[in-house]
Amino acid sequence: MIGNLPFVACVVLIILGLYTLIFKRNLIKIVIGLNLIECGVNLFLITLGYKSDSIAPIYTMAGKEEMVLPTPQALTLTSIVIGLATTALILSFAILIYKHYKTADASKVRRLRG
Amino acid sequence: MINEHLPALIIGIPLLAAFATPLISKINDKLRNIFVIGVLGVTLCLVGLLALNVFENGIFVYVMGAKSTGLSLPSGYRMPIRIILEVDGMSILMAIITSIVSFLGAIYSWAFVEKETGKDKYYTLLLLLTAGMFGMEFTGDMFNFFVFLEITSIAACGLIGFRINRGESGEAAFKTMVLYTLGALFVLFAVGILYGQYDALNIATLASRIQYTMLDKIALGLLIAGLAMKAGAVPMHMWVPDAYAEAPAPISLILVVNTQASLYGLFRVLFTLYGVNISTQTVGWIIVILGVLSMFVGVTMALIQSKLKRLIAYGAVSQIGYMLLGVGVGLATLSTPALQEYGIKAMEGSIFHIINDAMYKGLLFLTAGAIIYCTGKRNLNEMSGLAHDMKFTSIFFIIGAGAIAGLPPFNGFASKLIIYESVYKFNPILSVIAILVSILTLAIFVKIFQSAFLGPKLMNVKKEPKSMIFAMLVLSVIVIAFGLFPDVVVDKIVSPAVNALINQMDYIAAILGGT
Repeated sequence: MIGNLPFVACVVLIILGLYTLIFKRNLIKIVIGLNLIECGVNLFLITLGYKSDSIAPIYTMAGKEEMVLPTPQALTLTSIVIGLATTALILSFAILIYKHYKTADASKVRRLRG
Repeated sequence: MINEHLPALIIGIPLLAAFATPLISKINDKLRNIFVIGVLGVTLCLVGLLALNVFENGIFVYVMGAKSTGLSLPSGYRMPIRIILEVDGMSILMAIITSIVSFLGAIYSWAFVEKETGKDKYYTLLLLLTAGMFGMEFTGDMFNFFVFLEITSIAACGLIGFRINRGESGEAAFKTMVLYTLGALFVLFAVGILYGQYDALNIATLASRIQYTMLDKIALGLLIAGLAMKAGAVPMHMWVPDAYAEAPAPISLILVVNTQASLYGLFRVLFTLYGVNISTQTVGWIIVILGVLSMFVGVTMALIQSKLKRLIAYGAVSQIGYMLLGVGVGLATLSTPALQEYGIKAMEGSIFHIINDAMYKGLLFLTAGAIIYCTGKRNLNEMSGLAHDMKFTSIFFIIGAGAIAGLPPFNGFASKLIIYESVYKFNPILSVIAILVSILTLAIFVKIFQSAFLGPKLMNVKKEPKSMIFAMLVLSVIVIAFGLFPDVVVDKIVSPAVNALINQMDYIAAILGGT
């Protein structure tokens, strides 16, 4: 049971993120919501790669223990880097919107409608 | 020699050229434009070569940095561990569309963005977007699919927000980026679920091991939601009109293909990854309902618009519906032999519609771009009598509008007819709705034509530059040619794509070497 806690944590993170995305009106908070979902997904990937009592896959120090497959870690690293890029881009759009509309409230940023 | 490395070159050349573009831009603007168009021209030729190869020899598997697709242990256990590009009929069809459209987009951009600043970044992002789409279409690996998906998202949103002097572009880009990122995260989560169960990321290996457990159903739901979000199907369509309307016209043209690339991803997941394992009836009906909703909501929203590009963008949403409808019917009939023939016909129709849609919708966005370039107006109510000055554009607009409404000599008619006929056998009501939507589409384009092109000459209009006329001319020639000879296209390009989707086992066998 205790081993499943990380999975519970990542589901909670994703639901919190979706909540923030849907119900918050501040542009920066929307970005934070996206980041929460991303953290949840990354945590999920890294949890998949965890195996108790096993070692890192470095063959020179291998004993008889089991090794973990390093793929999930590699996936997580890639996804963190991509997440950084998307967050930077979205935040720069938020700055742009603030410059033109003088507000960070999504309900007032509505020149495009219908 | 070059034949062996074609898929890698097609992705690699635009990707490397993208980062060389700012450097060349420092030397000379004209040289940079020629360089970008040249690179995309070379890519177009390479795609043509690869297409010949695929049509002749079947599925083309390319392994990055090695000869064989995986390790063979002494015990005889084989496991694909390398990065694999797998090109079959469906991928090459999408690659042909992508290469034609991005080439024409670059030519059109020559005159269209000439007076803007930041052109080096514009062309860099354009090349990155193209490379990302090729990657999505060729990859044989779920995680790489996610990576390329994010490359296209970032490049596309950079281009949507290109005009930073307008607050609206920032708004459109923000909205689009949030939805793209959310969709991509759904895809990543689904990839994680699949990886956790089956220890593989390779599509072929996953397809051979998949069990259709409860977790797989969740993953399928996430994949459909994420990819439909990026394709702009109806419950998740709110970014489409904003993005298409605010992006520069050549980018709207490429964005159309970008949404189709994620549709391709959706079809790949449904047919190749899940294939016969899913309860095809249920999932097929879900896709059909998404399609019908997109058709209907798209066209009714278009009726009330007054901004030119927004109106065409809502038309784009409704056309996505046709593709989903045909493929959904194909999926729903996959397991009932009595109806399978019509299902395959419906899929042929909707995959033919993908090509046609990219061409005529691209043409319409380019004509809209020409109108905005020449008059500086975006609102239909402020335009009048453009046909006096913009003769070429008005002819191209008639061709595009005829095609999107499904009038006979143009390509839209050819594919829509196949969809109507085959869907009628599956469920007559769906076919009736499709025809009704087509008539409404004609109505909205008559409205644009009447208010923008006809009437007295009231405004001073610039002349269309040559590069813009050239790009529109090529697209109109394709639209008419496909409309006059639909059989040739269906036989040569479309049916290999449909067969590639249906024969899941071939795709698996190409990687795992026979089952």
